[in-house]
Amino acid sequence: MLQLDQVRITLGDFTLSANFTLQSGEKLALIGPSGAGKSTLLAAIAGFQPLTSGRILWRDQPLHSQPPAARPVSILFQDNNLFGHLTLAQNLGLGLRPTLRHSAAEQQQIDAALKRVGLAGMGARRPADLSGGQQSRAALARVLLQRRPVLLLDEPFAALGPALRADMLDLVAELTTEAAITLIMVTHAPEDARRLCPLCTLVAEGQAQPPVGTGALIDTPPAALRAYLGSPPAP
Amino acid sequence: MPTVRSLPEWPGWVAGLFLAVFLTLPMAAVLWHAGGGSAPQPADWAALRFTVLQALISAGVSVALAIPVARALSRRQFRGRALLLGLMGAPFILPVIVAILGLIAVFGRAGWLNQILATLSLPQLQIYGLHGVVLAHVFFNLPLATRMILQGWQAVPAERFRLAASLGMGRSMVFRIIEWPMLRGVAPGAFAVIFAICLSSFAVALVLGGGPRATTLELAIYQAFRFDFDLGRAAMLAGIQLALVALATALALRFGGVVHGLAGGQGRPPLRPEAAQPLLRLWDGALIGLVAAFLLAPLIAVVLRGAPALLALPWPVWKAALVSLSVALAATGLCMGLACALAITALRRTGLELLAIGGLALSPLVVGTGVFLLVNPWANPTALALPVTVVVNAVMALPFALRLILPRLRQIEASQGRLADSLGLQGVARLRWLLWPQLKPALGFAAGLAAALSMGDLGVIALFSDPQHATLPLQVLRLIGAYRTEAAAGAGLLLLMCSFGLFWLFDRGGRHAAA
Repeated sequence: MLQLDQVRITLGDFTLSANFTLQSGEKLALIGPSGAGKSTLLAAIAGFQPLTSGRILWRDQPLHSQPPAARPVSILFQDNNLFGHLTLAQNLGLGLRPTLRHSAAEQQQIDAALKRVGLAGMGARRPADLSGGQQSRAALARVLLQRRPVLLLDEPFAALGPALRADMLDLVAELTTEAAITLIMVTHAPEDARRLCPLCTLVAEGQAQPPVGTGALIDTPPAALRAYLGSPPAP
Repeated sequence: MPTVRSLPEWPGWVAGLFLAVFLTLPMAAVLWHAGGGSAPQPADWAALRFTVLQALISAGVSVALAIPVARALSRRQFRGRALLLGLMGAPFILPVIVAILGLIAVFGRAGWLNQILATLSLPQLQIYGLHGVVLAHVFFNLPLATRMILQGWQAVPAERFRLAASLGMGRSMVFRIIEWPMLRGVAPGAFAVIFAICLSSFAVALVLGGGPRATTLELAIYQAFRFDFDLGRAAMLAGIQLALVALATALALRFGGVVHGLAGGQGRPPLRPEAAQPLLRLWDGALIGLVAAFLLAPLIAVVLRGAPALLALPWPVWKAALVSLSVALAATGLCMGLACALAITALRRTGLELLAIGGLALSPLVVGTGVFLLVNPWANPTALALPVTVVVNAVMALPFALRLILPRLRQIEASQGRLADSLGLQGVARLRWLLWPQLKPALGFAAGLAAALSMGDLGVIALFSDPQHATLPLQVLRLIGAYRTEAAAGAGLLLLMCSFGLFWLFDRGGRHAAA
C-alpha cells in the first residue's frame, strides 16, 4: 500500500498537494495540463524531490527521507533511460547490481529479461543500434530485473507512434500484472490511461485529486479536466 | 539555412579578403626573410623547449585542478554560486599585465603569502622562473578549464544522475559510468585549448620569466628585435612559432570546441544523492573556497595597492590611457564590422568561418615582425605602431565575436528566415526589424569582449613602442621595469577599470537596448 499523507511540495510560487492511498498492484494514471506537477509528484515518490511537508509511506513505513535507491521504486523517464556507451546487457545488469561485472547466474537473468521483452540475443548491442521501441523494451527489461514493487512511468513512450505505444502499454500491463507491481504513470493521452490504468488522478490547479475510475473520469470530466481535454470528437 | 539571398554578401567577401591578406602577407614576409636568416642556435632550441614545456605543465595543472573544482561546482548549490561562475569569466577580459601585478602582490618576494610564511618561519616562495610562468598561466586558464569541464557535467542529462541514484550506484560507480566517459570527451579539448593559448605567452614570460632558462619563443622574438635588432633571427624564431601555434591550434580545433568556456553554466545543479555525505560536502566547500581565494586575492591586491596612487598618477599614464581607449574603440569597431559582414556571408558559405578562426593562431609578435619587414623599406614602422595594433587586436578578437554572433544569427534565420522572406523583408529592412533587435545582446557581449581584450593587450605594441605612442599596458610594464611600484599599481588599477568598464558598458548596452 502506497500512501501519500498530506504531501505538499513548494517550488518558488508553485505548490502541489496530494493526499491519497494506492493499494498494492493497482495501476494509476496521472493526467492533467503541462506544468501542473505530474512529473514533480513522481519525482517526490522516487526521491528526487524533497517534500515541503507531509509523508510518503510504503506498507506503513515512511519513505520520504530515504535515498532513491533504498526506496521500493523503479522509474522510467521520458528519455535517457539507457546509458549510450554501455551495451544492453551492461545496462540491464545495472538493475541487478550497480557494477559492470556479473556472475554467470546473473548473466542468465539478464538474457531471460531480454527474451521476456522480445529482445533475445541483443545483449551485445548498444542503445544507438536500436529503434525507439526497442530502447523502451530494454529499459522495461531493466525494470524487471530491479524487482521493485512500485513502477513509475514519466511518459517514457511519448516519442513512439500510436501502434508502438499501444504495444508498449500492453507489455507494461502484462509485466506489472505478472509481478503484482504497483504502477503510477504520467500521461497526456486519455486513451493511454484507459488502456492501461483502471484508476486515474487529475493533477491540476496545485492539487492531485483522489483517484477515481478512469472511464468515469474521462467520460464525465470535471471542469478542470474538460478544459484540458477539449470537447470530445463527434462519434 | 536561408534559401533566398536576402542580404548582400559582398561585404563578407571584402572582409574575408582583408582577413586573408592580413593573416598571410606578414607570415609570408616572415617566412621569406627567415629563409635567408640564420640557422637556429642552441638558445633558440632552448626557447622552443621552454615554450612547449611551460605550455604542457600549465595546461596539465589547469585541467588537473579544474576537474575536482568543476565536479564540486556541478553538485553543490550555494549562495554566490552564480557570482563565482561570473568571476570565472573575468580572467578572460583581465589585462595580463594587471594579473601579473596582482600575482606579484600576493605571491611575490614581499607579497602576502611570503609575509605569512615568514611569520610562520617557513621558507619563502619565488615567483620568477618556470613556476611563476606556470602560476600565472594557471591563474588565467584554471577558470577557463573549469567552465569548459563544468559544461561537460551540465550537459549530462539530469535523468542520468537520477537513474544512477535509483539504481543505487555509489560515487565510484557514478564516476565510472557517467563522469569518466564525459571527462574523456571534454578534458582533452580543454587541455589542447589551454596548451595552444599558453604557447603564445609573451607578457607573462616577459615579466616573470626571462633569462636563458625561462624564455618563450615570443619573448625571444621580442629580444632579437628590440635588443639585437637581428631581423633574420627574429624571422627564424617567428617561423618556428608560426609552425608550433598552427599545429597546436589545429589540435585544439580537432579536440575541443574552442570558445566553449565563455558563457553559460548558470543552471541549477541536479540533486546528487551519492554525494550527500558531510565529509564530501566539506571537501567540495574547501575546494570552491580555495579557488575563489586564488582568483580574488590578486584582484583585491591590485585594488588595495592601486587605489592610493590612482589620483597621483603622472600625466604620461593618463595620456597612455587615452591612447589605449582610442585603440580599443577603433579595434572594437573594426572587429564588429568584420564579424557582422562575415557572419551574414557565412550563413551560406561555411568556409568563411574557418578563415576567421585563423585569428586564434595569430601570434602578435609574428605579425608585428612581418609588418615591420614589409614596411621598413618604405616608411618608418614606428609611425604605424597604433594602426597595426588596432588591426591585430580586431583580428584576434574576431574568432570570439564570430562564435557569439553566428550561432544566434543562424538560429534567427532558421526559425524566422522563411517568414521574413515571405514578407519581403530584405536588405536594410531585414537588418533593422528582424536581426538587429534579436542580435543586440550577442553584439553587445561580443563588442565588450573585443574592447576589453584590446584595452589590455600587450603584444605588438611592445615591438614598435616609442614613448609618444605608448598604450596603458605598456606604461604599466615600464613602471614595473623602473621599480616604481606604487605608480605601477595605480596605473594597473586604472587599466583594470578601463577594461572591465568597457566590457560592462557594451554588454549592458546590448542587453538594455534589447529589453
